[in-house]
Amino acid sequence: MLDWPILSTVTFLPLVGVLLILLTSGKEESAARNARWVAMWTTLFTFIVSLFIWLNFDTSTAAFQFVEKEPWLGGNINYHMGVDGISMLFIILTTFLMPLCILASWEAIQTRVREYMIAFLIMETLMIGVFCALDMVLFYLFFEAGLIPMFLIIGVWGGAQRVYASFKFFLYTLVGSVLMLAAMIVMYFVAGTTDIPTLISFNFDTHLQYWLWLAFFASFAVKVPMWPVHTWLPDAHVQAPTAGSVILAGVLLKMGGYGFLRFSIPMFPEGSDFFTPLVFGLSVVAIIYTSLVALVQKDMKKLIAYSSVAHMGFITIGIFTFTSQGLEGGILQMLSHGIVSGALFLCVGVVYDRIHTREIARYGGLVHRMPRYAVIFMIFTMATIGLPGTSGFVGEFLILVGAYQVSTFVAFFATIGVILGAAYSLWLYRRVVFGELVKDDLKNIMDVGKREIAIFAPLIAVALWMGIYPEPFLNVMHASVDNLMAQHELALNASKSVLHAAK
Amino acid sequence: MELPDFSIALPEIFLACAAMALLMVGAFRGNNSTSLVSWLSVLSLIIAAFLTQYEFRETFVTFSGLYKDDAFGVFMKILCLGASALAIIMSLDFNKRENLARFEFPILVVLATLGMMVMISANDLMSLYLGIELMSLSLYVTAAFRRDSVRSTEAGLKYFVLGALSSGLLLYGVSLIYGFTGTTNFDVLAQVFTTGEEEVGLGLIIGLVFLIAGLAFKVSAVPFHMWAPDVYEGVPTPVTAFFAAAPKVAAIALFVRTFMEPFGTLVDQWQQIIVFISIASMILGAFAAINQKNIKRLMAYSSIGHIGYALVGLAAGTEEGVRGVLIYMAIYVVMNIGTFACILAMRQRDGAVEDISELAGLSKSRPWMAFLLLVFMFSLAGIPPLAGFFGKFYIFVAAINAGLIPLAVIGLVTSVVGAFYYLRIVKIMYFDDEAEGFEPVNRTLSIIMTVSGIFVAFFVVFPSPLLDSAQAAAAALFS
Repeated sequence: MLDWPILSTVTFLPLVGVLLILLTSGKEESAARNARWVAMWTTLFTFIVSLFIWLNFDTSTAAFQFVEKEPWLGGNINYHMGVDGISMLFIILTTFLMPLCILASWEAIQTRVREYMIAFLIMETLMIGVFCALDMVLFYLFFEAGLIPMFLIIGVWGGAQRVYASFKFFLYTLVGSVLMLAAMIVMYFVAGTTDIPTLISFNFDTHLQYWLWLAFFASFAVKVPMWPVHTWLPDAHVQAPTAGSVILAGVLLKMGGYGFLRFSIPMFPEGSDFFTPLVFGLSVVAIIYTSLVALVQKDMKKLIAYSSVAHMGFITIGIFTFTSQGLEGGILQMLSHGIVSGALFLCVGVVYDRIHTREIARYGGLVHRMPRYAVIFMIFTMATIGLPGTSGFVGEFLILVGAYQVSTFVAFFATIGVILGAAYSLWLYRRVVFGELVKDDLKNIMDVGKREIAIFAPLIAVALWMGIYPEPFLNVMHASVDNLMAQHELALNASKSVLHAAK
Repeated sequence: MELPDFSIALPEIFLACAAMALLMVGAFRGNNSTSLVSWLSVLSLIIAAFLTQYEFRETFVTFSGLYKDDAFGVFMKILCLGASALAIIMSLDFNKRENLARFEFPILVVLATLGMMVMISANDLMSLYLGIELMSLSLYVTAAFRRDSVRSTEAGLKYFVLGALSSGLLLYGVSLIYGFTGTTNFDVLAQVFTTGEEEVGLGLIIGLVFLIAGLAFKVSAVPFHMWAPDVYEGVPTPVTAFFAAAPKVAAIALFVRTFMEPFGTLVDQWQQIIVFISIASMILGAFAAINQKNIKRLMAYSSIGHIGYALVGLAAGTEEGVRGVLIYMAIYVVMNIGTFACILAMRQRDGAVEDISELAGLSKSRPWMAFLLLVFMFSLAGIPPLAGFFGKFYIFVAAINAGLIPLAVIGLVTSVVGAFYYLRIVKIMYFDDEAEGFEPVNRTLSIIMTVSGIFVAFFVVFPSPLLDSAQAAAAALFS
């Protein structure tokens, strides 16, 4: 354990970068350069500091670690931070992706660079805060506040339809969240506290659990996103700048899955149990339907966006199996998806920066001019399909094992999703990279440069590491996941025995 | 005969004398003295604020029970005084440029503020009416202040006619209440109802409904809101800025005191009316604002919506609810002043503009002002971590604790609809291409908007001073 508040440090460190960017002034050009460098160093430094969380993390306990608690709003609402095996790796994922996002925006963003970097740094603070918060109000604060910078990132630096996409993103998410806020206030009223660890051990009335579960579901389902409330995602992804897509796919979607793990399952075990068929149903539809939709997409980013919805469907299935394989697979798949889909968006960004189109038909035969790019794209395509040896395999495999224990039907449909996933990913790859190089503007296209290699190298390393030796990642989760399952089991048995007694 | 204790009403007495003295200064020195009179008015408002602070946290009653001074009153009075002082300061530059610089304006504001203080301290239906009329008459005059403009005079006349009607309704309600209970004193009324010797008759309920109608008009709650958009749009902008803040606070304070103290035990009778008014205001405020092109008109609908939220806290009818209302009004006033400081800064070469489309591309031409307006818009929409979120949060906590879950859910959903039009302003400033741009912002305005922006953005870090004083003020009503 450390004797300094590491979680607050990591959370608010990016704001120091914001302050530094605000202090730098000068001509447009030099200010932009300074802003880029400040953002780069801040995010790198934050990443390094955040590694201390992992290094000092005690894997033997399911309790919250690095806890900080200060009085804040009064009335049992405190500034309470802490991490356990479920949330810790998401923090690392966030801090890991951020420097890469800054690097990816290095040349792509030429207008209002200072504001762009400020928005990203604020975004980082808010994302880390979501995973650290152990108080509902604090959680909601970080969760919702993230809408503001993301709204601006999509709206200011996005593509042609950016206004529509940004409004859709903001309002969809807000509708879900306000219902969650209502549920949180009800919980505050019933339990008298907004402290998450206390609420986890609090037993809500069964009937109330159903309502609360649904209210939280409204928020997390939009965020994940689950079919049929996923439609904001393709729009937001397509219109957002590359780094914005990476953050959306890499971290923001994970907040939904994390929310299920942190709130829905431990706080409303009976509600979760009751609504599991609903989650399975929606997830299966999402997997099959959005995979089919992905097959017919003409826009690369849209295709990857739909594939994200399908992958998140796997994750929700894994989480709601309540088996240790399913839960750990779900968490690992979230991390893997954060890396892989982020990387795929970056791959699209590479060619988009050169040709300024995302239309699949405009590409073809890139392997002849861009062999290195072809290799990179290949690795991530394989990872998204779930080829053994890549990060996608471990997560998907664990989820399917978990699903099979609960319902063979669900496992069956999910497996069909895997096949469809291979179909659209490989087909995309074939159309973009293989074939004859016939388009004139592609004949002079340059292969990936040093900066781009620097972006992809760490991503490849992590994707392979998670695929070949996932133990360090799984090891962190074991205690917390086991605890989550034990609690869930206990609560269900307790309610069953009450039912029996009543009979 | 024994004289009543004047010292308790010292701030009001001081303000009345100051207004009279300033009138003399203005009358003798003419319109050249406008800025002197304005600053002296601001000074007297500040002095009055210090005088109210004098007996914080104790309850005194004087003038044969007509007048009450308690922590609740102090909280609300300081809010009103601050808002009025800022409104005067914001008007200075605008009025000078528009050739409106007349010394009567600050004096009228001071007199209106005096009326508000009487309203807040009213402990009797008679002093309540006295305060309302003093405030309203001053407001009618300020509304028609730009007498050469048809729009302004029309707005003033409209406000006057409708206002007089609502005063009539209110008086009729008061007379019914007096007729059925035999008293107008709040303490006696409260006693009558708690002992419950008499059945709550139909006549009394009708009186109560008339009273609510009159008060709802003053806070511009649906269905008595019709005057607000026209008046907000028609009157000069500094007057709109003034209308949107201090009078609302005073009227809400009156609402709260009247329904918590004398009629507190009749909560079953009035709760449904307040719930209806509040839902209707929230819905109308959210939907009607969507299509507005004039920013002042938009702010009028926005304020109708916000009053709806504040009334949610009143509908809860608990100490927690009152605390929510107090926090909400304090935050609302700051957000509004900041927003209106930005609106006043919307000035091009040939005069002030009010069209939302003129804000296009503001983030490039005036990044700081655009950023502050963005903060205010997100705060008005109730997005955390800005102050506006906490206002809503405490209101909804109170509503849910009082069992009004449907009301809270409707409020939360309308806040999403409301977010749409606030977002539209942000979109115009940040996503659209540059329009003509504005003249440089004058110093006082930029200080006011910056300070309110800092309050709104950093409330999350230091929430306890406001939360604690609101707690103390709410407790005073229930002791």
